[in-house]
Amino acid sequence: MASKPSDPGGDTLPLLEPGHTFGSITDKISSIVLTGRTPLFWYITFGVGFILVLVLLFCITALVAVGVGLFGVMIPVAWGFAIVNFVWWIGIGHAGTLISAILLLLRQKWRQSINRFAEAMTLFAVACAGIFPLIHLGRPWFFYWLFPYPSTMGVQPQFRSPLVWDVFAVSTYFTVSLLFWFLGLIPDLATLRDRATRRMPRFIYGMLAMGWRGSAIHWHRYEMAYLLLAGLATPLVVSVHTVVSFDFAVALVPGWHSTIFPPYFVAGAIYSGFAMVLTIAIPLRRLYGLEDFITLRHLKNMAIVMLATGMIVAYGYLMETFMAWYSGDLFEKYMMMNRMFGPYGWMYWILILFNILIPQALWIRRLQTKPWVLFLIAIAVNIGMWLERYVIVVVSLHRDFMPSAWGMYSGTVFDYGVLVGTIGLFVALLFLFIRLLPMISIFEMRELVHEEEGRSQ
Amino acid sequence: MSNGMDPAGLLGIAQQSAGGREYWRSLEELAGTEAFKDLIGNHLPRHAAAFTSAMDRREFLTLMGASLALAGISGCLSPAPAPPDEKIVPYVNQPEALVPGKPLYFATAIPVEGYGRGVLVESHMGRPTKVEGNPQHPASLGATDAVTQASVLELYDPDRSRVITNAGRVATWDAFFSALNVELESQRVTQGAGLRILTETVTSPTLAAQLQEILRIFPKAKWHQFDGGGGDYAHQGARMAFGQPFETLYRLEEADVIVSLDADFLLRSPASLRYAREFINRRRIPGGSDEANRLYMIESTFSLTGSNADHRLAIAPSAIPQLARTLAARVGVQISAEQPAISPAQEKWLGALVKDLQAHRGRSAIMPGEYQPAIVHALAHAMNDALGNIGKTVFYTDPVAVNPTNHAESFRELVRDLEENAAQVLIILGGNPAYTAPAELDFAGHLVTSNFNVHLSLYEDETSAVCHWHIPQAHYLESWSDVRAYDGTVTIMQPLIAPLYGGRTAHEILAAVAGQAERASYEIVHDYWRGQNKAKNFDAAWRTALHDGFIAGSALSPRNVKAKPATSFETSEPKRASTGAATKNPPSLEVIYRPDPSIIDGRFANNGWLQELPKPLTKLTWDNAVLMSPATATRLGLTYRVGGTGGEHGTIYADVVELEYDGRRTRGPAWIVAGHADDCVTIHLGYGRRRAGRVGTNLGFNANILRTLDTLWHGASIAVRKTGAQYALACTQFHHLMEGRDLVRAGTIEQYRKNPKFLIERESEKEAPGTLYPGYKYDGYAWGMSIDVNACIGCNACVAACHAENNGPVVGKQEVLRGREMHWIRIDRYHRGEPSNPETYHQPVPCMQCENAPCELVCPVGATTHSQDGLNDMVYNRCVGTRYCSNNCPYKVRRFNFFLYSDFKTESLKPLRNPDVTVRSRGVMEKCTYCVQRINQAKIAAEKEDRVVRDGEIEPACQQACPTRAIIFGNINDPQSRVTQLKTQPLSYGLLTELNTRPRTTYQAKLRNPNPEIENG
Amino acid sequence: MAKLPIYGLMAEFDSPEALLEAARRAFAAGFRKIDAYSPFPVDGLAEAIGFHHTRVPLIVLIGGIIGCLGGFYLQYWVAVIDYPINIGGRPFNSWPSFIPVTFELTILIASLFAFFGVLALNRLPMPYHPVFNVERFQLASRNRFFLCIEAVDRNFEPERTRRFLDEIGSLGTYEVES
Repeated sequence: MASKPSDPGGDTLPLLEPGHTFGSITDKISSIVLTGRTPLFWYITFGVGFILVLVLLFCITALVAVGVGLFGVMIPVAWGFAIVNFVWWIGIGHAGTLISAILLLLRQKWRQSINRFAEAMTLFAVACAGIFPLIHLGRPWFFYWLFPYPSTMGVQPQFRSPLVWDVFAVSTYFTVSLLFWFLGLIPDLATLRDRATRRMPRFIYGMLAMGWRGSAIHWHRYEMAYLLLAGLATPLVVSVHTVVSFDFAVALVPGWHSTIFPPYFVAGAIYSGFAMVLTIAIPLRRLYGLEDFITLRHLKNMAIVMLATGMIVAYGYLMETFMAWYSGDLFEKYMMMNRMFGPYGWMYWILILFNILIPQALWIRRLQTKPWVLFLIAIAVNIGMWLERYVIVVVSLHRDFMPSAWGMYSGTVFDYGVLVGTIGLFVALLFLFIRLLPMISIFEMRELVHEEEGRSQ
Repeated sequence: MSNGMDPAGLLGIAQQSAGGREYWRSLEELAGTEAFKDLIGNHLPRHAAAFTSAMDRREFLTLMGASLALAGISGCLSPAPAPPDEKIVPYVNQPEALVPGKPLYFATAIPVEGYGRGVLVESHMGRPTKVEGNPQHPASLGATDAVTQASVLELYDPDRSRVITNAGRVATWDAFFSALNVELESQRVTQGAGLRILTETVTSPTLAAQLQEILRIFPKAKWHQFDGGGGDYAHQGARMAFGQPFETLYRLEEADVIVSLDADFLLRSPASLRYAREFINRRRIPGGSDEANRLYMIESTFSLTGSNADHRLAIAPSAIPQLARTLAARVGVQISAEQPAISPAQEKWLGALVKDLQAHRGRSAIMPGEYQPAIVHALAHAMNDALGNIGKTVFYTDPVAVNPTNHAESFRELVRDLEENAAQVLIILGGNPAYTAPAELDFAGHLVTSNFNVHLSLYEDETSAVCHWHIPQAHYLESWSDVRAYDGTVTIMQPLIAPLYGGRTAHEILAAVAGQAERASYEIVHDYWRGQNKAKNFDAAWRTALHDGFIAGSALSPRNVKAKPATSFETSEPKRASTGAATKNPPSLEVIYRPDPSIIDGRFANNGWLQELPKPLTKLTWDNAVLMSPATATRLGLTYRVGGTGGEHGTIYADVVELEYDGRRTRGPAWIVAGHADDCVTIHLGYGRRRAGRVGTNLGFNANILRTLDTLWHGASIAVRKTGAQYALACTQFHHLMEGRDLVRAGTIEQYRKNPKFLIERESEKEAPGTLYPGYKYDGYAWGMSIDVNACIGCNACVAACHAENNGPVVGKQEVLRGREMHWIRIDRYHRGEPSNPETYHQPVPCMQCENAPCELVCPVGATTHSQDGLNDMVYNRCVGTRYCSNNCPYKVRRFNFFLYSDFKTESLKPLRNPDVTVRSRGVMEKCTYCVQRINQAKIAAEKEDRVVRDGEIEPACQQACPTRAIIFGNINDPQSRVTQLKTQPLSYGLLTELNTRPRTTYQAKLRNPNPEIENG
Repeated sequence: MAKLPIYGLMAEFDSPEALLEAARRAFAAGFRKIDAYSPFPVDGLAEAIGFHHTRVPLIVLIGGIIGCLGGFYLQYWVAVIDYPINIGGRPFNSWPSFIPVTFELTILIASLFAFFGVLALNRLPMPYHPVFNVERFQLASRNRFFLCIEAVDRNFEPERTRRFLDEIGSLGTYEVES
């Protein structure tokens, strides 16, 4: 009973492997959480993540105690790894909300088995990102000065600064994503409450489910609210990386001061976001045997989205180069030459390779359904996007207007420590989530089963 | 002195009598008693006592505490730092007007290498905090150099010696004087045959009188002189040419054509500040009426003066005397010796030069370099004579230095005496011969033969370590003394503060030698001048002299002299070391030794401000290097690697070379200098110190190991080997090209005469940058600045002055390597033309105080905002340290405290701080403020008097220090102000104005005055 | 033990279609105090039991307006009224620079209203509810569908209502203790 959904690609891959019922789906997904036995690979991965978290904590402690000078930052390159990582993580954080919100509005059924952990991924990525603006401050303990609050000093944030926009954009994004995610969880928490055998989980899930009982009227309001949140989250997700791009676009620095940044940053964000979803989904579906739910169809669709956004990013690169030449601006031209052939040129070419050339393989249909190929491409894109931010932030700064002030930058052990530390934090949080909450939206899968049945009759 | 038994009471006495001297004596009388011996045992109670008694009365308890805590016994003995006991006369009208927060200014002079420069010292509640130039003093004209600015840090240097030692053990003054007297008694018998006194160049009349007195008491005693710098060839040259060691003075304002035979007169001359002013005054073009002067430079190393020359000829040092001879012949000096042929290029160059000189007879000047052999000096005198410059641009006076001698010979003689055990008692007043003297002599080794030697110095340095006795010297800001300027003008130096560490002056030591141990330097100096002044109103004269900072009319009057026929001396070759044929393998080169531009011969090695000051041209900090031309480096296969961190602005890995001369070896990093002469290397002295203090020890490498007395400044055939090792040098500006950006706009005077606006007619400036926003109205004051690139000689005075005024921190080499130095104003150095002989531009870059400041827009917390009068203010305590402002600053003038750079711990540095400027803490951004504290003081003063601030009333530290007045600050709303007028001149341009930042700081373009014959091929 | 007055009667179904059908018939039969429970939203179910309008969108709209106006005024007040200061020569009211924050706050407040609005309207959190007393009801979050006719309904009469439920295809009918 393979389904035939309306699919321009006209392909026949199912969204859900046949033979599933409400019950089987419910049991399968909730058992991952409710089982008493934790698989070995979980311990290993979480353990590694946890050790890296300790590294992160050490670095942060040192930074606060000794000074931000432990980073490689200097004049002229006053922003380094910290900002690069921030932008990178924020970008990754875009896929989740995008998948759940935009695809919901677009009635893309295939979102349903991946949106839950994509949203979780978003939350954790944004959490990681949020660390950097804090610790890269010269005086982190005064971070709250960036928020408006009734201050005895009578001074308030300077709202013309893109950094303040950042604060609002990122915190809003985190809050809304959290609400969206939790709202989606409530019915599943109810399921877990009802299926939990032991007392403690039953109680905890019960509390979190807040007495959800699936009343028709509740469902009615629930769907409405969920739809509205999706409608709000959609412009939000677009605005967040736009604002992040303003950090650069608003500044004078050649290589930053560019009007194409907002769209091209958003595209880049979705690009890297989907890459990260693939990076996570492909191993997980294998490890937890979820191939039935996260099918090749999903992988294929995500691959196509990656290809599309990748092309937008490529266009962005092209435009930057073109404008540098077309503007005839001395500094812009030099910036572009320096980006390509300067001391950091190798980085630029590697990012072109990883971000533009390698993903072109996705044009080949066969490869779109080869999980491990997709996995490798996704990894390449993740690295490529990090390099892109490095090139934008560091390489633009290190040679700007005054040749007398030019200088080279490189990260210190603390720069790398914090980077891997946040990766560890991300992994640790993700695995806690997988262990404690359903990584696939159960009730939406039930809907899916229902529709598939309806279609098959 | 019953109460003398308990230290509290004891100090009490000291305070009440407020007489450091009595205090000293009373303590030392005590020193013998049991009570004092007990005190020696336990320090703590004495400290407590000192605190209690010092605190209640003095402003400086923290300092007191520090000197006590750090200094051990002598610390305890030293009085709480206080205005000295004797009457010193403030420069301002109301004396004794010690209004808290209101600084007083006292006139004195800083002796550098013997010669004095008049200064005014700012004193806050009795603490000297800043040294400025004395506008009325001929050698200063109100300007200062970097060394003078940094000398105040030396005063408070916690590493200064605080204790008198005997063979490394702490001793008392009493013990020293008794030991000295024993020796002197034995010397009296032999009329002082074994008594030797070693000084640096002496210009102090009082000191001279004292020395003569001693030589009268001990007729057989000898007075030797050795100066780490100097070498005293100038006087010998004069002796050659005139038979007498005349002092040579120049009046550059009168000179149209200046030929410098390796004379770095803009930096390395007792009159450098004055010469710089006069030299530049003839090059201020706007108006363009009078003819600009033209400077021809003939030198080997690339000197600061060379970088300001219109034409440079870079030739090996050995060729300079010959070239001087040739030049002399061309300008009509009788030369018998045959003239060897010279290369066509040089021929052409020389031809044009000679023509220029002939065209300006009587309006030219030939300046021989301080470090050139006597013959060059003599030839220069002959040339000036032949060109009729004497009495017009060149003047001769009796020597300013007392008894000018050939230091090399004098020192050689001393060492010989030591060898022959003829020098039993050796008194070394200042200097550090054990380090500065060429290693070949092994001065330190020979010292052991003398049975009594004492070293008086600020630091317990290499020499102190090998002397029996070390005596802490009083800093010049702690001393009564006198000194002559380059033209003989006498300044009576008055102390600003009682000796912090109980140091003594050379006067007091010599007085002791003359058997008057108890005389204070005040008495000595005062009495000497009373003796000189026959008039009855001496006290008034004394007051005036102290008040003005110099004795009017004490300058030496010019002598009209006639040079002897050159034939009498021109053949006498300068003594050179074995000029062995330059071997090819390993390549052997000529070597040039020069004092370091910042720390001179190492006497300022422990001065963090000077160590961190980017050296002119090389922009190196914290190190010396083996400087050589690009061609030579290529020949030796030497190169560099730009560091991954900080590189270009920070770390440069340079190849390390091994240098060998007469079997003595050392290693140092090679540094490529565009414009350096080929086949020779320059090494700066003053590094490789072993006992300089915690700042200056073990930096760089010691070139004195290679030097010999015969090759003090130039040596032939030094072997240079590449070692393969690399060494990280901290260079604050490695990139020397402008990449086609017109940051420094330069042209020639002819172009300017044709079209005055030729440098500012650019597309981006033709159409005014449009904006939707209405601009702000700045009614009232609108501060602005104009910097004349044409006048900037790149001497670093402004950088040091800014650092001193604004409590700038020293970050250390490691941080400079990362590109984190903290100078608010930097001097950018750009080259143009071929590397062998480039044009060089110096451009001071402070904050531009943009009206549309990009930094302010992006600050999330409003820590940098605009003030009413258009200043780009920085609010340190609001800054959270996002560093976004720095990224968005096109001029990159913002500096960030990546760590806790300011020294909050060292007690002795606290009194040094300018109380009007915040000491920045960790994690905040900082930058040039146009010295806002000075602006506000002036504004408050003006409001009190109900008037507006007068033009020129406010001088930022950089402007005040600048020898050439290249920096002018003022109110641009006032059409009459100098800055407004400068900004309206055709050469005025802004930096990166196409970004619509509307900088308040603008520049005057650079105009060169090349000789068309040479320029136009 | 004494028989307590019950909350209502609950019928179990095994498919959304069955439930929907039953709900319609119950409504047609004049029952008003009824509620349907399903493991996932079933189209038309709410309407079938006579629930048509929700105020959620209105709440969200109000939240959005508050966020928008409040957000802009916050910035205007700071930059123009409370502490006007010359920042890089920009006018005090640099409204273009204030748009991003205004936008973000609009979204934020609206979202908060949406989330807490729906909870409030649904009277959640509500840890206890009589329907939970039914043993089988825990399957309502798995694969079973329930229709509950409450005792407060004026047409409610235990025996007839039970029979009615059996007629409309209940797989099992349970008393819901209150």
